[in-house]
Amino acid sequence: MTNTKYEFENRRYILSGAVILVVIVFIIRLFYLQVIENEYKAWADSNAFLKKTLYPSRGMIYDRHDKLLVFNQQAYDVMLIMREIKPFDTLDFCSTVGITKELFVKRIADIKNRRLNPGYSSYVPQVFMNQLSAQDYGVLQEKLYKFPGFYIQNRTIREYEYPYAAHVLGNIGQVNKRDIEQNSYYVQGDNSGRSGIERSYEEVLRGEKGVEILLRDAHGRIKGKYEDGKYDVAPVSGKNLTLSLDMDLQAYGEKLMQNKLGSIVMIEPSTGEVLCMVSTPTYDPNMLVGRQRGRNHALLESDPLKPLFDRAIMASYPPGSTFKPAMGLIFLQEEVITPETMYSCGHGYPVLGGKPACHGHFSPLNLAPAIATSCNAFFCWGLRDMIDSRKRYPSVQDGFDVWRNYMLNMGYGRPLGLDLPGEKGGSIPTSKMYDKFYRGRWSSSTIISIAIGQGEVLATPLQICNLAATIANRGYFYTPHVVKSIEDGQLDAVYTERRSSTIDAKHYACLAEGMRNAVTGGTCRRAALPDISVCGKTGTSENPHGKDHSIFMGFAPYENPQVAISVLVENAGFGATYAVPIAKLMLQKYLYGKIQDSDQYLEESIVNTPILPRNVL
Amino acid sequence: MYYRKTNILGTIDWLIILLYIVLVSAGWLSICGASYEYDNVSLFNPSGRPGSQLIWIGLSFLIIFVILMLDADFYSVFSYFIYGGVILLLIATIFLAPDIKGSRSWLVIGSLRIQPAEFAKFATALALAKFMSSYGFKLGTFKNFGLCLGIIFFPMLCILLQKETGSALVYLAFFLVLYREGMSGYILLAGISAVVFFVVSLKYSDVMAGITPLGELLVLCLIQAGILLLTAIVVRQRTNLQTKILLGGTATVYLAAYIVSLFIPVNFALVTRGLIGISCCYLIFLSVKQWMGHYVMIVLFALLSVGFLYSVDYVFDEVLEPHQQMRIKVSLGLEDDPSGAGYNVNQSIIAIGSGGLTGKGFLNGTQTKLKYVPEQDTDFIFCTVGEEQGFAGSTAVLLLFTVLIIRLIMLSEKQKTIFGRIYGYCVASIFFFHLLINIGMVIGITPVIGIPLPFFSYGGSSLWGFTILLFVFLRIDATRKER
Repeated sequence: MTNTKYEFENRRYILSGAVILVVIVFIIRLFYLQVIENEYKAWADSNAFLKKTLYPSRGMIYDRHDKLLVFNQQAYDVMLIMREIKPFDTLDFCSTVGITKELFVKRIADIKNRRLNPGYSSYVPQVFMNQLSAQDYGVLQEKLYKFPGFYIQNRTIREYEYPYAAHVLGNIGQVNKRDIEQNSYYVQGDNSGRSGIERSYEEVLRGEKGVEILLRDAHGRIKGKYEDGKYDVAPVSGKNLTLSLDMDLQAYGEKLMQNKLGSIVMIEPSTGEVLCMVSTPTYDPNMLVGRQRGRNHALLESDPLKPLFDRAIMASYPPGSTFKPAMGLIFLQEEVITPETMYSCGHGYPVLGGKPACHGHFSPLNLAPAIATSCNAFFCWGLRDMIDSRKRYPSVQDGFDVWRNYMLNMGYGRPLGLDLPGEKGGSIPTSKMYDKFYRGRWSSSTIISIAIGQGEVLATPLQICNLAATIANRGYFYTPHVVKSIEDGQLDAVYTERRSSTIDAKHYACLAEGMRNAVTGGTCRRAALPDISVCGKTGTSENPHGKDHSIFMGFAPYENPQVAISVLVENAGFGATYAVPIAKLMLQKYLYGKIQDSDQYLEESIVNTPILPRNVL
Repeated sequence: MYYRKTNILGTIDWLIILLYIVLVSAGWLSICGASYEYDNVSLFNPSGRPGSQLIWIGLSFLIIFVILMLDADFYSVFSYFIYGGVILLLIATIFLAPDIKGSRSWLVIGSLRIQPAEFAKFATALALAKFMSSYGFKLGTFKNFGLCLGIIFFPMLCILLQKETGSALVYLAFFLVLYREGMSGYILLAGISAVVFFVVSLKYSDVMAGITPLGELLVLCLIQAGILLLTAIVVRQRTNLQTKILLGGTATVYLAAYIVSLFIPVNFALVTRGLIGISCCYLIFLSVKQWMGHYVMIVLFALLSVGFLYSVDYVFDEVLEPHQQMRIKVSLGLEDDPSGAGYNVNQSIIAIGSGGLTGKGFLNGTQTKLKYVPEQDTDFIFCTVGEEQGFAGSTAVLLLFTVLIIRLIMLSEKQKTIFGRIYGYCVASIFFFHLLINIGMVIGITPVIGIPLPFFSYGGSSLWGFTILLFVFLRIDATRKER
């Protein structure tokens, strides 16, 4: 037999060509699928991997005497994976977790809404409900097999041992849409610090989430760990914090300030550690925990007395006479005056016809008595001799800028850098601002009210206390901070570096003496304590909206200062009336550890006196 | 009858045997990957799929031994008997087979299940080769061609009755053999054109450009292009005048239509229809003038194409079952239905796409191990290759198949007997068709038609069917040097 059909032999090339063409098309397609397009890998991962988040326990918070302030308690979140949901008895579910059918439908719709929930995926567990009570948790756990797609995620929520220091401790809450967009660490349902220490030390406290990668088959069954857990990440627990706060002192301060508006700040001058920071009205931090957080937060927000507002660091007041020591220091440093320089006072500042007015004391007088008696005229003279002197500075603006610079160095005009969110910087005016106000024609007389701490000058209670600490240290301070130490960690270097006020230490002696005299025989005699040489300065902050605010600033003891304090009581009138006795009690509490018997009555009367704005009473 | 004169080991084609061993091994490893269970690690457990596939592989070597021991002429002499036997088995299957997932193609004997359709391919190839190599056979005669079609369509019909559409479609592969043996290229062209027109007109059925239905225009343009191309081929030997006239005319008509369309809207589909009509008239004129049948064939092609085009919608909507419509629509990208009909393809593309350049490694594929791809150890076995061995591995498998098919074509051409050559082409065509449809389906190019990938897909019947198909040819080929 022989092959006779030669004529069609060439068709083998057509057939072979067709085979090769098809294979080439397939290879191109495979190249596109496997090499060029990357989407399929992610797709496959979302198919197969169930990434289970392992939540770390949040760091605990202690006070300076190692009293536990904030710790964790178990809470149970109801999670669901949309894809795994199969028809179930909705009514049974709703009654188990205690919600209505309408709420259930709304929750499901909200979870699926990508605008409200940008990270939504039907493969990924979503938070259905937060913080189930332990009782509801028990019931749901037993019935969970009836509700495929629902899971329970253990989480921890915060518990506060004491009902105090709400502003400092802050609270945690669920992250919002913006947090998720800004920081990829968070997913919907996570908690993060919303205020106070919880917020400023969020990354220290929270630790690092871990992840467990589980394999899930096409039917949603878990088939074990991916690569035997090779890619799993164990959670890292948050670090514990020790605060510089003395909880007893804080509690006592809050007790004294009850039914009053204002704040008490106490700082250890040798370290810058904040010993207490009271802002009233305040609230129990336990109010902002768990499921009632939202409701309570709204309640506090609508309170006209603004309990959420941390007056110690967010409210700016004219510092009044507590500003005078800072003025005196600048005059000494700029050699405008010597400790012996005398100015005259005739119940007021003679240059402007007795305004600002002053009270009865001997005249003329030098710096130390001027501080002790809180003479207004003395500091007006000083400001005039400083910035109006063309021998010293080419222009009033230059003189004023020098003055302003010292103020900034002493911690005024800008936030000090406290380790809490929301700290305000008060206000120190600029020469440019005055140029604008007065069209470039101004002198000490135009702006004389700043000489006595009124007018455009504003400071927070923290800044006022910081000035006291600087005088106590005779010329330097540490940036105030409320965290004393971090477990296995280092405090930020800015809290351990001295900041100089740029005024020579020798000038402080005179100021300290003046403040000592104020307590022994001046405006704040009521702050005097036996055995301890308290130094102080009263102030009255002019308040255009009502009664003036009462301020005290001081430190003790004179020789070896252990504590600086500022007390501000809103609408309480003269500094001496309320701020001074409160300071006296606080100093006793800190330095003695108790209140002397003779002051028991004083304590009682302070505690029982409400001082609230007229419209609230 | 001849007796073996030389040792078969010296004359058999070792390249194909090597390819066979490599492909079967790769196939077995893929089945391991596809049916790997986390809880059950043993690959050699005979109750598991890798284990039982290993048994099939072992038995197929026994089959190979038997095939090679038999005389080469046995297959030629007994081809009609084998064909007849298989046809009887196919008919019996229709009535005896239980319903398994809607198909009645499995004969169940105790715990053994076999699919006769897999063996019918080899029997049909033998019968076709035997018939076409008979003395005085000429494909051109109506009777012979009709009988060839009968040999092909009879088993195909039986398999269709078993509701195994995919396996039945494989018999279309024999048309490639007929083409090689002298069937007019027009028939092949018509078949391929029909598929292309069907796909194009459906894919663009609802797209309008101005007042022109785009799908219709595209197909009509393809037809016109076909007329031009075929005319060019036909008149190639003589002057190119006729082609130039057609080409120039087409260009003129479109230019005129374009200019008109600037002023009034023009339905270009209508213009093209008219153009095809004029071209046909011209070709008929030419055929009468030059007395050439080829021109008539071109006209016939054009008219049938146009007729086909306007019946596609009717056929699609009225003749096809809804699930078939859906499958076709999904593979054309007209429907996106990831949870329904598109689920298989979608998941198989994800599995393959996630393999990347080098793959995730043997037994490390997550998609296949976690059973995301249905039928992943049978029809969708290529996913495992794609996911675990990546682009490199899947290309290697494709190239192995290419070498196998090209080698089969080469060996077929070397055959000294027409029987050997035709049988060889049958083997090559069947492998090619399986490769085209199976891998095309898995990577989302062709519609989902459930046919196995030779040597890879799990199943004894399929493995044995292909083994017999291949080794009968090797046995026939081995005698080439004996004579």
